[in-house]
Amino acid sequence: MPMIEMKNVSKWYGEFRVLTECTTQVEKGEVIVVCGPSGSGKSTLIKCVNGLELFQQGDILVNGISVGDTKTNLPKLRARVGMVFQHFELFPHMTITENLSIAQIKVLGRSKDEATERGLKLLERVGLKEQAAKHPGQLSGGQQQRVAIARALSMDPICMLFDEPTSALDPEMINEVLDVMVELAQEGMTMMVVTHEMGFAHKVAHRVVFMDQGKIVEDDKKDAFFGSPRSERAQQFLSKILHH
Amino acid sequence: MLTLDFAFLTPAVISGYIVKGFIFSLQLTLIAMLGGIILGTLLALMRLSSKPWLILPAAGYVNTMRSVPLVMVILWFFLLIPLVIGRPLGAEVSAIITFTLFEAAYYSEIMRAGIQSISRGQVAAGYALGMSYRQTMGLIVLPQAFRNMLPVLLTQTIILFQDTSLVYAIGAYDLLKGFEIAGKNFNRPVETYLVAAVLYFVISFSLSMLVKKLQQRIAIIR
Repeated sequence: MPMIEMKNVSKWYGEFRVLTECTTQVEKGEVIVVCGPSGSGKSTLIKCVNGLELFQQGDILVNGISVGDTKTNLPKLRARVGMVFQHFELFPHMTITENLSIAQIKVLGRSKDEATERGLKLLERVGLKEQAAKHPGQLSGGQQQRVAIARALSMDPICMLFDEPTSALDPEMINEVLDVMVELAQEGMTMMVVTHEMGFAHKVAHRVVFMDQGKIVEDDKKDAFFGSPRSERAQQFLSKILHH
Repeated sequence: MLTLDFAFLTPAVISGYIVKGFIFSLQLTLIAMLGGIILGTLLALMRLSSKPWLILPAAGYVNTMRSVPLVMVILWFFLLIPLVIGRPLGAEVSAIITFTLFEAAYYSEIMRAGIQSISRGQVAAGYALGMSYRQTMGLIVLPQAFRNMLPVLLTQTIILFQDTSLVYAIGAYDLLKGFEIAGKNFNRPVETYLVAAVLYFVISFSLSMLVKKLQQRIAIIR
Protein backbone atom coordinates (compact mmCIF):
# COMPACT_ATOMS: atom_id res chain seq x y z
CA MET A 1 0.00 0.00 0.00
CA PRO A 2 1.43 3.42 -0.94
CA MET A 3 1.76 6.00 1.83
CA ILE A 4 -0.01 8.63 -0.28
CA GLU A 5 -2.23 7.66 -3.17
CA MET A 6 -3.93 10.31 -5.32
CA LYS A 7 -6.60 9.25 -7.73
CA ASN A 8 -8.01 11.65 -10.33
CA VAL A 9 -8.13 14.62 -7.98
CA SER A 10 -9.94 17.64 -9.43
CA LYS A 11 -10.65 20.94 -7.75
CA TRP A 12 -12.50 24.09 -8.75
CA TYR A 13 -12.58 27.59 -7.28
CA GLY A 14 -16.04 28.51 -8.49
CA GLU A 15 -15.84 28.21 -12.26
CA PHE A 16 -12.07 28.09 -12.33
CA ARG A 17 -10.50 24.66 -12.42
CA VAL A 18 -7.29 24.59 -10.39
CA LEU A 19 -6.59 20.85 -10.45
CA THR A 20 -7.41 18.47 -13.26
CA GLU A 21 -7.43 14.71 -12.77
CA CYS A 22 -4.23 14.57 -10.73
CA THR A 23 -3.01 11.03 -10.13
CA THR A 24 0.21 10.03 -8.44
CA GLN A 25 1.48 8.13 -5.45
CA VAL A 26 4.21 8.20 -2.86
CA GLU A 27 5.54 4.90 -1.57
CA LYS A 28 6.69 4.48 2.00
CA GLY A 29 10.21 5.89 2.32
CA GLU A 30 9.99 7.64 -1.01
CA VAL A 31 10.85 11.29 -1.60
CA ILE A 32 9.04 13.03 -4.41
CA VAL A 33 9.60 16.58 -5.54
CA VAL A 34 6.70 18.50 -7.07
CA CYS A 35 7.76 21.37 -9.30
CA GLY A 36 6.29 23.60 -11.95
CA PRO A 37 5.69 27.25 -12.79
CA SER A 38 3.87 29.44 -10.29
CA GLY A 39 0.12 29.07 -10.45
CA SER A 40 0.40 25.50 -11.69
CA GLY A 41 -1.44 24.15 -8.64
CA LYS A 42 1.41 22.46 -6.79
CA SER A 43 0.72 24.13 -3.44
CA THR A 44 -2.99 23.44 -3.81
CA LEU A 45 -2.26 19.80 -4.58
CA ILE A 46 -0.06 19.25 -1.54
CA LYS A 47 -2.62 20.97 0.72
CA CYS A 48 -5.23 18.52 -0.53
CA VAL A 49 -3.18 15.65 0.90
CA ASN A 50 -3.99 16.58 4.51
CA GLY A 51 -7.34 18.15 3.72
CA LEU A 52 -6.34 21.77 4.23
CA GLU A 53 -7.83 22.30 0.80
CA LEU A 54 -10.97 20.46 -0.26
CA PHE A 55 -11.34 18.84 -3.66
CA GLN A 56 -14.54 18.05 -5.51
CA GLN A 57 -13.59 14.94 -7.44
CA GLY A 58 -11.33 11.96 -7.01
CA ASP A 59 -9.80 10.82 -3.74
CA ILE A 60 -6.58 10.78 -1.79
CA LEU A 61 -5.63 7.94 0.51
CA VAL A 62 -3.06 8.57 3.22
CA ASN A 63 -1.87 5.30 4.69
CA GLY A 64 -5.10 3.81 3.38
CA ILE A 65 -7.40 6.43 4.92
CA SER A 66 -9.55 8.50 2.58
CA VAL A 67 -9.13 12.27 2.87
CA GLY A 68 -12.21 12.93 0.75
CA ASP A 69 -14.55 10.77 2.82
CA THR A 70 -16.67 13.06 5.01
CA LYS A 71 -16.68 10.40 7.73
CA THR A 72 -12.89 10.54 8.08
CA ASN A 73 -11.64 12.18 11.26
CA LEU A 74 -9.47 14.82 9.57
CA PRO A 75 -7.79 16.19 12.72
CA LYS A 76 -6.70 12.67 13.58
CA LEU A 77 -5.31 12.10 10.10
CA ARG A 78 -3.56 15.48 10.06
CA ALA A 79 -1.91 14.79 13.40
CA ARG A 80 0.05 12.00 11.69
CA VAL A 81 0.99 14.02 8.60
CA GLY A 82 3.69 16.61 9.19
CA MET A 83 3.48 19.84 7.24
CA VAL A 84 6.00 22.62 6.69
CA PHE A 85 4.81 25.92 5.23
CA GLN A 86 6.40 28.53 3.02
CA HIS A 87 6.04 31.19 5.70
CA PHE A 88 6.99 28.89 8.64
CA GLU A 89 3.80 29.66 10.57
CA LEU A 90 5.34 29.31 13.99
CA PHE A 91 3.05 30.67 16.68
CA PRO A 92 4.48 34.13 17.48
CA HIS A 93 2.87 34.40 20.92
CA MET A 94 4.60 31.27 22.20
CA THR A 95 8.23 30.45 22.96
CA ILE A 96 10.07 27.97 20.75
CA THR A 97 9.63 25.29 23.41
CA GLU A 98 5.87 25.95 23.55
CA ASN A 99 5.66 25.88 19.77
CA LEU A 100 7.24 22.43 19.84
CA SER A 101 5.13 21.01 22.64
CA ILE A 102 1.64 22.53 22.33
CA ALA A 103 0.24 20.09 19.76
CA GLN A 104 1.89 17.11 21.43
CA ILE A 105 0.09 18.04 24.65
CA LYS A 106 -3.27 19.12 23.24
CA VAL A 107 -3.58 16.70 20.32
CA LEU A 108 -1.58 13.62 21.29
CA GLY A 109 -2.30 13.96 25.00
CA ARG A 110 1.34 13.73 26.06
CA SER A 111 2.34 15.14 29.40
CA LYS A 112 4.02 18.53 29.45
CA ASP A 113 7.34 17.08 30.55
CA GLU A 114 7.31 14.37 27.92
CA ALA A 115 6.35 16.83 25.17
CA THR A 116 8.98 19.35 26.22
CA GLU A 117 11.67 16.70 26.33
CA ARG A 118 10.75 15.40 22.89
CA GLY A 119 10.60 18.95 21.53
CA LEU A 120 14.00 19.87 22.90
CA LYS A 121 15.53 16.70 21.51
CA LEU A 122 14.29 17.62 18.04
CA LEU A 123 15.40 21.21 18.52
CA GLU A 124 18.88 19.94 19.25
CA ARG A 125 18.70 17.82 16.13
CA VAL A 126 18.08 20.88 13.96
CA GLY A 127 20.90 22.66 15.80
CA LEU A 128 18.89 25.23 17.71
CA LYS A 129 18.87 24.01 21.28
CA GLU A 130 20.11 27.33 22.68
CA GLN A 131 17.08 29.15 21.15
CA ALA A 132 14.50 27.21 23.20
CA ALA A 133 13.38 30.09 25.42
CA LYS A 134 13.12 32.68 22.63
CA HIS A 135 10.09 33.72 20.62
CA PRO A 136 9.90 33.05 16.86
CA GLY A 137 10.26 36.76 16.06
CA GLN A 138 13.78 36.71 17.54
CA LEU A 139 14.97 34.03 15.11
CA SER A 140 16.12 34.32 11.51
CA GLY A 141 13.96 32.90 8.73
CA GLY A 142 16.18 29.86 8.32
CA GLN A 143 16.11 29.17 12.05
CA GLN A 144 12.33 29.55 12.14
CA GLN A 145 11.91 27.07 9.33
CA ARG A 146 14.16 24.56 11.09
CA VAL A 147 12.00 24.95 14.21
CA ALA A 148 8.92 24.42 12.03
CA ILE A 149 10.40 21.16 10.76
CA ALA A 150 11.16 20.10 14.33
CA ARG A 151 7.59 20.99 15.32
CA ALA A 152 6.19 18.77 12.58
CA LEU A 153 8.54 15.95 13.57
CA SER A 154 7.50 16.21 17.22
CA MET A 155 4.19 14.61 16.25
CA ASP A 156 5.99 11.47 15.03
CA PRO A 157 4.55 11.81 11.52
CA ILE A 158 4.23 8.90 9.11
CA CYS A 159 5.01 11.25 6.23
CA MET A 160 5.96 14.88 5.70
CA LEU A 161 4.62 17.52 3.35
CA PHE A 162 6.75 20.53 2.44
CA ASP A 163 5.08 23.47 0.72
CA GLU A 164 7.87 25.59 -0.80
CA PRO A 165 9.89 25.49 2.43
CA THR A 166 12.71 27.69 1.16
CA SER A 167 10.87 30.17 -1.08
CA ALA A 168 10.52 32.83 1.60
CA LEU A 169 14.13 32.58 2.76
CA ASP A 170 17.12 34.77 2.05
CA PRO A 171 19.55 32.89 -0.23
CA GLU A 172 22.18 32.38 2.48
CA MET A 173 19.65 30.60 4.69
CA ILE A 174 18.33 28.14 2.15
CA ASN A 175 21.03 25.56 2.68
CA GLU A 176 20.65 25.25 6.44
CA VAL A 177 17.03 24.25 5.84
CA LEU A 178 17.80 21.97 2.89
CA ASP A 179 20.48 20.21 4.96
CA VAL A 180 17.89 19.26 7.55
CA MET A 181 15.55 18.02 4.81
CA VAL A 182 18.29 15.99 3.10
CA GLU A 183 19.15 14.34 6.40
CA LEU A 184 15.50 13.52 6.94
CA ALA A 185 15.21 12.02 3.46
CA GLN A 186 18.31 9.91 3.98
CA GLU A 187 16.82 8.52 7.17
CA GLY A 188 13.96 7.17 5.13
CA MET A 189 11.17 9.64 5.85
CA THR A 190 8.38 9.63 3.31
CA MET A 191 8.35 13.12 1.85
CA MET A 192 6.36 15.12 -0.67
CA VAL A 193 8.16 18.36 -1.37
CA VAL A 194 6.96 21.30 -3.44
CA THR A 195 10.12 23.20 -4.32
CA HIS A 196 12.16 24.86 -7.03
CA GLU A 197 15.39 23.64 -5.46
CA MET A 198 16.54 21.28 -8.18
CA GLY A 199 19.79 20.63 -6.30
CA PHE A 200 17.71 19.07 -3.54
CA ALA A 201 15.75 17.06 -6.09
CA HIS A 202 19.00 15.81 -7.66
CA LYS A 203 20.39 14.79 -4.33
CA VAL A 204 17.55 12.95 -2.59
CA ALA A 205 14.40 12.75 -4.71
CA HIS A 206 13.29 9.40 -6.06
CA ARG A 207 10.74 10.87 -8.41
CA VAL A 208 9.87 14.27 -9.79
CA VAL A 209 6.33 15.37 -10.55
CA PHE A 210 6.04 18.29 -12.95
CA MET A 211 2.80 20.29 -12.96
CA ASP A 212 1.46 22.86 -15.36
CA GLN A 213 -1.96 24.54 -15.36
CA GLY A 214 -3.35 22.22 -12.72
CA LYS A 215 -2.31 19.03 -14.46
CA ILE A 216 0.42 16.56 -13.67
CA VAL A 217 2.32 16.75 -16.93
CA GLU A 218 5.19 14.53 -15.98
CA ASP A 219 5.74 11.97 -13.24
CA ASP A 220 9.01 10.20 -13.64
CA LYS A 221 12.07 8.75 -11.96
CA LYS A 222 14.48 11.54 -11.08
CA ASP A 223 17.15 10.55 -13.62
CA ALA A 224 14.65 10.21 -16.41
CA PHE A 225 13.16 13.59 -15.58
CA PHE A 226 16.42 15.48 -15.48
CA GLY A 227 17.92 13.46 -18.36
CA SER A 228 15.18 13.86 -20.90
CA PRO A 229 11.88 15.37 -19.88
CA ARG A 230 9.30 14.34 -22.40
CA SER A 231 7.03 17.35 -22.43
CA GLU A 232 8.09 20.59 -24.05
CA ARG A 233 6.72 22.53 -21.07
CA ALA A 234 8.99 20.67 -18.66
CA GLN A 235 11.98 21.14 -20.93
CA GLN A 236 11.36 24.88 -21.02
CA PHE A 237 10.87 25.03 -17.25
CA LEU A 238 14.09 23.12 -16.57
CA SER A 239 16.17 25.19 -18.95
CA LYS A 240 14.87 28.34 -17.26
CA ILE A 241 15.60 27.38 -13.69
CA LEU A 242 18.83 25.48 -14.30
CA HIS A 243 20.55 28.05 -16.51
CA HIS A 244 21.17 30.86 -14.08
CA MET B 1 -21.26 86.26 40.73
CA LEU B 2 -20.83 82.55 41.21
CA THR B 3 -19.09 81.55 44.39
CA LEU B 4 -17.98 77.97 44.83
CA ASP B 5 -17.72 76.35 48.21
CA PHE B 6 -16.42 72.81 48.47
CA ALA B 7 -16.19 72.76 52.25
CA PHE B 8 -19.22 70.47 52.59
CA LEU B 9 -17.38 67.64 50.80
CA THR B 10 -15.94 66.10 53.95
CA PRO B 11 -14.62 62.54 54.06
CA ALA B 12 -17.85 61.58 55.82
CA VAL B 13 -19.94 62.96 52.97
CA ILE B 14 -17.75 61.30 50.39
CA SER B 15 -17.93 57.91 52.04
CA GLY B 16 -21.64 58.37 52.70
CA TYR B 17 -22.72 59.40 49.22
CA ILE B 18 -19.98 58.92 46.67
CA VAL B 19 -18.12 55.69 47.46
CA LYS B 20 -21.18 53.47 47.05
CA GLY B 21 -21.87 54.94 43.61
CA PHE B 22 -18.23 54.78 42.60
CA ILE B 23 -18.04 51.08 43.48
CA PHE B 24 -21.15 50.38 41.41
CA SER B 25 -19.76 52.32 38.41
CA LEU B 26 -16.57 50.27 38.59
CA GLN B 27 -18.51 47.02 39.00
CA LEU B 28 -20.70 47.87 36.04
CA THR B 29 -17.68 48.73 33.90
CA LEU B 30 -15.73 45.59 34.80
CA ILE B 31 -18.63 43.14 34.47
CA ALA B 32 -19.83 44.67 31.20
CA MET B 33 -16.25 44.59 29.90
CA LEU B 34 -15.63 40.94 30.74
CA GLY B 35 -19.10 39.79 29.73
CA GLY B 36 -19.04 41.99 26.65
CA ILE B 37 -15.68 40.69 25.48
CA ILE B 38 -16.70 37.04 25.98
CA LEU B 39 -20.07 37.50 24.29
CA GLY B 40 -18.52 39.76 21.64
CA THR B 41 -15.88 37.17 20.81
CA LEU B 42 -18.58 34.53 20.35
CA LEU B 43 -20.51 36.91 18.08
CA ALA B 44 -17.35 37.62 16.08
CA LEU B 45 -16.66 33.89 15.64
CA MET B 46 -20.26 33.39 14.51
CA ARG B 47 -19.96 36.16 11.93
CA LEU B 48 -16.67 34.77 10.65
CA SER B 49 -17.98 31.23 10.29
CA SER B 50 -19.14 29.90 6.95
CA LYS B 51 -22.64 29.00 8.14
CA PRO B 52 -25.49 31.41 7.28
CA TRP B 53 -27.54 30.30 10.30
CA LEU B 54 -24.71 31.56 12.53
CA ILE B 55 -23.76 34.62 10.50
CA LEU B 56 -27.22 36.13 10.10
CA PRO B 57 -28.36 36.24 13.74
CA ALA B 58 -24.97 37.53 14.89
CA ALA B 59 -24.85 40.23 12.21
CA GLY B 60 -28.45 41.20 12.94
CA TYR B 61 -27.77 41.48 16.66
CA VAL B 62 -24.60 43.53 16.26
CA ASN B 63 -26.06 45.89 13.68
CA THR B 64 -29.23 46.45 15.71
CA MET B 65 -27.36 47.21 18.93
CA ARG B 66 -25.01 49.55 17.12
CA SER B 67 -27.89 51.45 15.53
CA VAL B 68 -29.85 52.20 18.71
CA PRO B 69 -28.93 54.86 21.31
CA LEU B 70 -27.64 53.25 24.48
CA VAL B 71 -29.97 55.25 26.72
CA MET B 72 -32.95 53.77 24.87
CA VAL B 73 -31.68 50.24 25.29
CA ILE B 74 -31.22 50.91 29.00
CA LEU B 75 -34.77 52.22 29.29
CA TRP B 76 -36.45 49.57 27.22
CA PHE B 77 -34.68 46.72 28.95
CA PHE B 78 -35.62 48.18 32.34
CA LEU B 79 -39.27 48.60 31.34
CA LEU B 80 -39.81 45.46 29.28
CA ILE B 81 -38.05 42.71 31.19
CA PRO B 82 -40.32 42.97 34.26
CA LEU B 83 -43.28 42.49 31.91
CA VAL B 84 -41.67 39.36 30.49
CA ILE B 85 -40.45 37.74 33.69
CA GLY B 86 -43.29 39.06 35.86
CA ARG B 87 -41.24 40.82 38.52
CA PRO B 88 -39.00 43.90 38.68
CA LEU B 89 -35.32 43.33 38.15
CA GLY B 90 -33.90 46.31 40.02
CA ALA B 91 -32.09 49.18 38.34
CA GLU B 92 -28.57 47.91 39.11
CA VAL B 93 -29.03 44.36 37.84
CA SER B 94 -30.91 45.65 34.84
CA ALA B 95 -28.05 48.06 34.06
CA ILE B 96 -25.41 45.34 34.32
CA ILE B 97 -27.25 43.04 31.92
CA THR B 98 -28.03 45.84 29.48
CA PHE B 99 -24.48 47.11 29.34
CA THR B 100 -23.08 43.62 28.84
CA LEU B 101 -25.46 42.95 25.95
CA PHE B 102 -24.92 46.39 24.42
CA GLU B 103 -21.14 46.48 24.70
CA ALA B 104 -20.87 42.95 23.27
CA ALA B 105 -21.85 44.42 19.90
CA TYR B 106 -18.95 46.88 19.98
CA TYR B 107 -16.42 44.43 21.39
CA SER B 108 -17.45 41.92 18.74
CA GLU B 109 -16.50 44.33 15.95
CA ILE B 110 -13.12 44.84 17.59
CA MET B 111 -12.56 41.10 18.01
CA ARG B 112 -13.68 40.49 14.43
CA ALA B 113 -11.01 42.88 13.18
CA GLY B 114 -8.51 41.21 15.49
CA ILE B 115 -9.30 37.71 14.27
CA GLN B 116 -9.10 38.87 10.66
CA SER B 117 -5.68 40.36 11.35
CA ILE B 118 -4.29 36.86 11.98
CA SER B 119 -3.07 35.26 8.76
CA ARG B 120 -4.84 32.20 7.38
CA GLY B 121 -1.52 30.44 7.50
CA GLN B 122 -1.70 30.40 11.31
CA VAL B 123 -5.05 28.64 11.13
CA ALA B 124 -3.66 26.18 8.58
CA ALA B 125 -0.69 25.49 10.87
CA GLY B 126 -3.03 24.67 13.75
CA TYR B 127 -5.14 22.35 11.63
CA ALA B 128 -2.05 20.73 10.11
CA LEU B 129 -0.90 19.78 13.62
CA GLY B 130 -4.19 17.97 14.15
CA MET B 131 -5.90 20.64 16.21
CA SER B 132 -9.69 21.01 16.14
CA TYR B 133 -11.45 24.27 15.24
CA ARG B 134 -11.90 24.99 18.94
CA GLN B 135 -8.23 24.35 19.73
CA THR B 136 -7.00 26.36 16.75
CA MET B 137 -9.14 29.31 17.76
CA GLY B 138 -8.56 29.04 21.49
CA LEU B 139 -4.83 28.36 21.47
CA ILE B 140 -3.61 30.14 18.36
CA VAL B 141 -5.95 32.70 16.81
CA LEU B 142 -7.76 34.30 19.76
CA PRO B 143 -4.70 34.87 21.99
CA GLN B 144 -2.98 36.69 19.13
CA ALA B 145 -6.12 38.59 18.13
CA PHE B 146 -6.67 39.58 21.74
CA ARG B 147 -3.08 40.77 22.14
CA ASN B 148 -3.20 42.80 18.94
CA MET B 149 -6.51 44.38 19.91
CA LEU B 150 -5.79 45.00 23.61
CA PRO B 151 -5.33 48.79 23.24
CA VAL B 152 -8.56 49.11 21.24
CA LEU B 153 -10.46 46.91 23.71
CA LEU B 154 -9.27 49.08 26.58
CA THR B 155 -10.16 52.27 24.74
CA GLN B 156 -13.66 50.90 24.27
CA THR B 157 -13.72 50.16 28.00
CA ILE B 158 -12.91 53.80 28.78
CA ILE B 159 -15.88 54.83 26.65
CA LEU B 160 -17.93 52.22 28.49
CA PHE B 161 -16.89 53.74 31.83
CA GLN B 162 -18.06 57.18 30.70
CA ASP B 163 -21.31 55.73 29.35
CA THR B 164 -22.16 54.08 32.67
CA SER B 165 -23.34 57.55 33.78
CA LEU B 166 -26.36 56.99 31.49
CA VAL B 167 -27.91 54.70 34.10
CA TYR B 168 -29.34 57.92 35.56
CA ALA B 169 -32.22 57.20 33.15
CA ILE B 170 -33.39 54.32 35.34
CA GLY B 171 -32.24 55.73 38.65
CA ALA B 172 -29.44 53.28 39.40
CA TYR B 173 -27.08 54.48 42.12
CA ASP B 174 -23.79 55.10 40.30
CA LEU B 175 -20.95 57.59 40.73
CA LEU B 176 -22.88 60.47 39.14
CA LYS B 177 -25.98 59.71 41.18
CA GLY B 178 -23.93 59.88 44.36
CA PHE B 179 -22.76 63.39 43.49
CA GLU B 180 -26.24 64.39 42.43
CA ILE B 181 -27.83 63.41 45.73
CA ALA B 182 -25.05 65.01 47.74
CA GLY B 183 -25.52 68.17 45.70
CA LYS B 184 -29.22 68.20 46.37
CA ASN B 185 -28.94 67.50 50.08
CA PHE B 186 -26.34 70.21 50.67
CA ASN B 187 -27.83 72.53 48.07
CA ARG B 188 -24.51 72.62 46.17
CA PRO B 189 -25.36 71.10 42.76
CA VAL B 190 -22.84 73.20 40.78
CA GLU B 191 -19.95 72.12 42.98
CA THR B 192 -20.88 68.46 43.00
CA TYR B 193 -21.36 68.26 39.21
CA LEU B 194 -18.04 70.05 38.80
CA VAL B 195 -16.21 67.60 41.03
CA ALA B 196 -17.93 64.71 39.25
CA ALA B 197 -16.80 66.00 35.87
CA VAL B 198 -13.21 66.39 37.08
CA LEU B 199 -13.26 62.88 38.54
CA TYR B 200 -14.56 61.31 35.30
CA PHE B 201 -11.95 63.28 33.38
CA VAL B 202 -9.03 62.26 35.61
CA ILE B 203 -9.97 58.57 35.53
CA SER B 204 -10.62 58.44 31.77
CA PHE B 205 -7.59 60.52 30.87
CA SER B 206 -5.14 58.54 32.99
CA LEU B 207 -6.51 55.31 31.57
CA SER B 208 -6.00 56.53 28.01
CA MET B 209 -2.44 57.50 28.86
CA LEU B 210 -1.96 53.97 30.15
CA VAL B 211 -3.35 52.56 26.90
CA LYS B 212 -0.94 54.72 24.93
CA LYS B 213 2.00 53.33 26.90
CA LEU B 214 0.72 49.80 26.39
CA GLN B 215 0.34 50.39 22.66
CA GLN B 216 4.00 51.32 22.38
CA ARG B 217 5.05 48.23 24.30
CA ILE B 218 2.95 45.91 22.15
CA ALA B 219 4.31 47.52 18.98
CA ILE B 220 7.83 46.74 20.19
CA ILE B 221 7.12 43.12 21.13
CA ARG B 222 5.52 42.46 17.76
